[in-house]
Amino acid sequence: MDVTGEPYRRNRAAQLASIQALNEQLDQARAGGGAKYAERHRKRGRLLVRDRIELLLDRDAPFLELSALAAWGTEFTVGASIVTGVGVVSGVECVIIAHDPTVRGGAMNPYTLRKTLRALEIARVNRLPVINLVESGGADLPTQSELFVHAGKIFHDLTELSAMGVPTVALVFGNSTAGGAYVPGMCDYAVLVDRQAKVFLGGPPLVKMATGEDADDEELGGADMHSRVSGLADHFAVDELDCIRIGRQIVAELNWHKLGTGPTEPADAPCYDPEELLGIASADFRVPVDPHEILARVVDGSRFGEYKPLYGTSLVTGWASIHGFPVGVLANARGVLFSEEAKKASEFILLANQTDTPLVFLQNTTGYMVGKAYEQGGIIKDGAKMINAVTNSTVPHVTINIGASFGAGNYGMSGRAYDPRFMFAWANAKLAVMGAQQLAGVLSIVGRQAAEVGGREFDVEADERRRREIEEQIERESHAFFVTARLYDDGVIDPRDTRTVLGMSLSAAHSQTVEGRRGFGVFRM
Amino acid sequence: MTISKLLVANRGEIASRVMRTAREMDIATVAVFSDADVDAPFVRDADEAVQLPGNTPAETYLRADLIVEAAERTGADAVHPGYGFLSENAGFARSCAAAGLTFVGPSPEVIEAMGSKIRAKELMAAAGVPVLPGVTVGEDAELDAAQLSARTAQEIGYPVLVKAAYGGGGRGMRVVREESALLDAVTAARREAAGAFGDGTVFLERFVDSPRHVEVQIFGDTHGTVVHLFERECSIQRRYQKIIEEAPSPAVDEALRAELGEAAVAAGKAIGYVGAGTVEFVLGSDGRFYFLEVNTRLQVEHPVTELVTGLDLVRLQLQVAEGAPLPQEARAATLTGHAVEARLYAEDVAAGFLPATGTVHRFAVPRLPGVRVDAGVADGSAVGVHYDPMLAKVIAHGATRDEACRRLARALAESRVHGVVTNRELLVGILREPGFRAGEADTGYLTRHDPQQLGTAHTDPAARRLHALAAALAGQAGRRQCAPVLATLPSGWRNVPAGPQRAVFSAGGAEIDVRYRFAGDSVEAEVDGERIDGIRLRAAAPDRVEFDVAGVRRTVTVHGRGDEFFVDSPLGATTLTEVPRFPDPDSLTAPGSLLAPMPGTVVRVAAEPGSTVAAGAPVVVLEAMKMEHSVTAPCDGTVDEITVTVGQAVDLGTVLAVVSEYAAVEGAAAQEDAG
Repeated sequence: MDVTGEPYRRNRAAQLASIQALNEQLDQARAGGGAKYAERHRKRGRLLVRDRIELLLDRDAPFLELSALAAWGTEFTVGASIVTGVGVVSGVECVIIAHDPTVRGGAMNPYTLRKTLRALEIARVNRLPVINLVESGGADLPTQSELFVHAGKIFHDLTELSAMGVPTVALVFGNSTAGGAYVPGMCDYAVLVDRQAKVFLGGPPLVKMATGEDADDEELGGADMHSRVSGLADHFAVDELDCIRIGRQIVAELNWHKLGTGPTEPADAPCYDPEELLGIASADFRVPVDPHEILARVVDGSRFGEYKPLYGTSLVTGWASIHGFPVGVLANARGVLFSEEAKKASEFILLANQTDTPLVFLQNTTGYMVGKAYEQGGIIKDGAKMINAVTNSTVPHVTINIGASFGAGNYGMSGRAYDPRFMFAWANAKLAVMGAQQLAGVLSIVGRQAAEVGGREFDVEADERRRREIEEQIERESHAFFVTARLYDDGVIDPRDTRTVLGMSLSAAHSQTVEGRRGFGVFRM
Repeated sequence: MTISKLLVANRGEIASRVMRTAREMDIATVAVFSDADVDAPFVRDADEAVQLPGNTPAETYLRADLIVEAAERTGADAVHPGYGFLSENAGFARSCAAAGLTFVGPSPEVIEAMGSKIRAKELMAAAGVPVLPGVTVGEDAELDAAQLSARTAQEIGYPVLVKAAYGGGGRGMRVVREESALLDAVTAARREAAGAFGDGTVFLERFVDSPRHVEVQIFGDTHGTVVHLFERECSIQRRYQKIIEEAPSPAVDEALRAELGEAAVAAGKAIGYVGAGTVEFVLGSDGRFYFLEVNTRLQVEHPVTELVTGLDLVRLQLQVAEGAPLPQEARAATLTGHAVEARLYAEDVAAGFLPATGTVHRFAVPRLPGVRVDAGVADGSAVGVHYDPMLAKVIAHGATRDEACRRLARALAESRVHGVVTNRELLVGILREPGFRAGEADTGYLTRHDPQQLGTAHTDPAARRLHALAAALAGQAGRRQCAPVLATLPSGWRNVPAGPQRAVFSAGGAEIDVRYRFAGDSVEAEVDGERIDGIRLRAAAPDRVEFDVAGVRRTVTVHGRGDEFFVDSPLGATTLTEVPRFPDPDSLTAPGSLLAPMPGTVVRVAAEPGSTVAAGAPVVVLEAMKMEHSVTAPCDGTVDEITVTVGQAVDLGTVLAVVSEYAAVEGAAAQEDAG
């Protein structure tokens, strides 16, 4: 790797620009409802959502925030008025779901819901205890039609987790009313903050309207009432700090044990500087990246035991470990997947399932090969093998889009629909059915053919305009922010954080049993 | 007569010191120890040890009967009394003799004669030794203010020093500069003398301003020889307690040395002195000296004499006790170089030398050339309320005074003393102070130099900030090291930038707020709102942090124990207590609570529940380390509650009483406005 060469410098500049753009958006997410509302919240003696999380987390432990750019580019605030993530509380990796009350009172919009459900799903598949930091005014009523039906899933998932033996905790700092009241209601543990928590199905005006009864907030849903009378609260917290302290205590007393084996390999740092990933990552997805260069800056001690290095060389497969967790890696070396690559991948996935080894997919693919020779060679069957193997593999998958994820390559390389435990994208990565230029070109050809068949004259100028428009639209929609905004992945990351993000993801996955699918022998394809 | 087994009727460093020489002389050793001293190093140093049940000196180290019994039980044939306790108790010397034990010290008659400062002075005056004028107030005498004032004015003249007639160590001493304060001082001295020494007799004498305390080591044998082993200077004192001693005195030249030695030998001969003794003089700025008293025992500061003469005074004591004549090297002793001793006390200089207690988690003095350590504590030793709070003596010998001072200052500065507050900084401050180094030191030295300023000269706020940062980073390293999950991931990593990690410490009542964030091997840090730029972290372990700050490599050692961090570096030592992230709601005390400022015993409750008290009025009086401490009302108010009773032992921070402030009365408020 020539770190002084022109391509390296060009790549690095492009990556830095993407990361700069990412950080700007993350700043937006962190700002929540903005300085004015943050100040108002503080003046009420309350902690901001991220301060609550920071206090809840173990000191100096890492925290992986999820879906930080949810709702990016929509009418809603970046972050979707909620913060979710995987963090360590009292030595236990937990999923944290925390309302941001500075954004429209923490009201839930359709993106908030998706983000919440994704966090709950991560908790469920990885068997991570859930801690809800509750302070929300309820549903964003104008979008109720997109919310109401699916929102029931939150309470469903909370109690389902409980049934699976995954503890759920609600720390209630403020409003948790109407449907929201079921969050502390459905959790295994509930802690309410004195004179702040309000947990009721109907507030004073609604009660007055419904039954004519006069009642105040405290009588209907205060911490004191719920601690002494209704019994909904297990703990009465004198203030927010006390509430967080009790929350940490609850987790400390869970007697929690992870079911995975945990790290079993030496977790020594890579021999090559991860900073160099910026110059290695391709600024243009059409220029392939050598996965060996990436792995040398990601895996423990830069050790990589390659599987079938001379066969199906467009896809690199092999064994390594990340922060001590053994993994099998599948990484696209040249965008296209041929039959050999598909078969090699299928075999490799079966092998990983034999040895209960989690898989890491580094996506940089433009899809399966097309063309006469390949169709006749059975590319569909081979692609199907790979998709079959990916689908039915039961070891944890973690997928990172490091450049491009187009076509069925996205499926074969364990895209979102194939339920990887976690999925992230580098800041300049693209995701779509195909590249924007290609897609626009296809539409243009189809249009030309339709014109010919219909005997109409083909308007070249209009086609050119349309082609440009489509290209721009697809370019926009395949952008990493657009993709992550819709919860198609769990976040956009700085390439330099790849090792850390994978380490956290693998460790979280090891909370659950790590077990491959068995039954058949490994098919030699 | 030979001594084959020696019981040391003492504790702490002196017990260990005596046993060291005994062992070298193949004399078996027996320790006696109180309940509190069960794990003390001196007990382990002894071949055999006998427990004296109880803790107070009166129950233990002052129990002559139990000690004689212990000697009998173990078959000891001699008793070394050390200093303090029974060392100058003629009754004990007699009990030993009666039990057939050799008492290592002079005869009971000499002890008795010298124990009474009045008789001692009379004897000395008769022997031609210069003495100061003085007056005695017997323990049973009715205190008549008028008579007392008249006698004092006539026979002594102000300023007057009031002190216990039987006792030492500066306890109960007071300087009275005007007649009006005399009666109170005598009354208080009497009470303390009675409490501490069992005899309330008080002695008043002329107080010499700007005096130097110079004493001469004498040694006599049973063959009629009395020699002197030169002088020691012990002028650096706080509350009449010596803290730095040296030999020889920088204020004594050859002629004066000869004069002092002659006077001291004359004093010794006058009373037929046998064994080690010290003749104390006060030396005026005019070069004139007056006899103060004779200490009929080994002095705390004897090591400085040992280092400049090359003699082992304990060995000489034992040889003399065995009846041998003083050896030639003692009879013709010579002075070589200069020795300085510093007494390391567990005490809070900033709080007016308040005795401190706690556990010495670590005690280590670097082995520099010429440095000797006589320690009473080791790692893990408890320092309680019952005994003298001296932890150790550190003594340095050098070819010159300057060399000895430099060695001692560095040895002290590099020492690790963790767990108790000490006067170490003050000692280092004095040893580095130009005036002291020039030899300008009289007993008023610490009234002219603010002990607090001397003690902080080498720990500036920037050093404190760096130490707090190092403690935070060490704490961080500890947490990362023992993290049950994700231990190998970058410390405090966030994919969405969040606030920095935070550690809040308290040190000396002030809070230090440390914020830090890792970025690779560099650290962005802020201490008390001040950014520390350009930190490159080389290594961070729970016990050691190495970083480059502004291009300068620094290594800081951190010793963490629970919430406490003891931080040492060439910049100084800092003790930090980490403030927990979450205050324990149970630990909140009612406003207006009066807390015990130190561990001690309640000796008086000065206010009734429900009574009104003025700001500053004593509410509860504690006794700790032989001194009374009043805990006073913080404001004008009402005593809501007294939560302790007389005789109760209390720990530091125990709630003693609750006082609530008066609601502001309108008149008072108006008055204040007018004022």
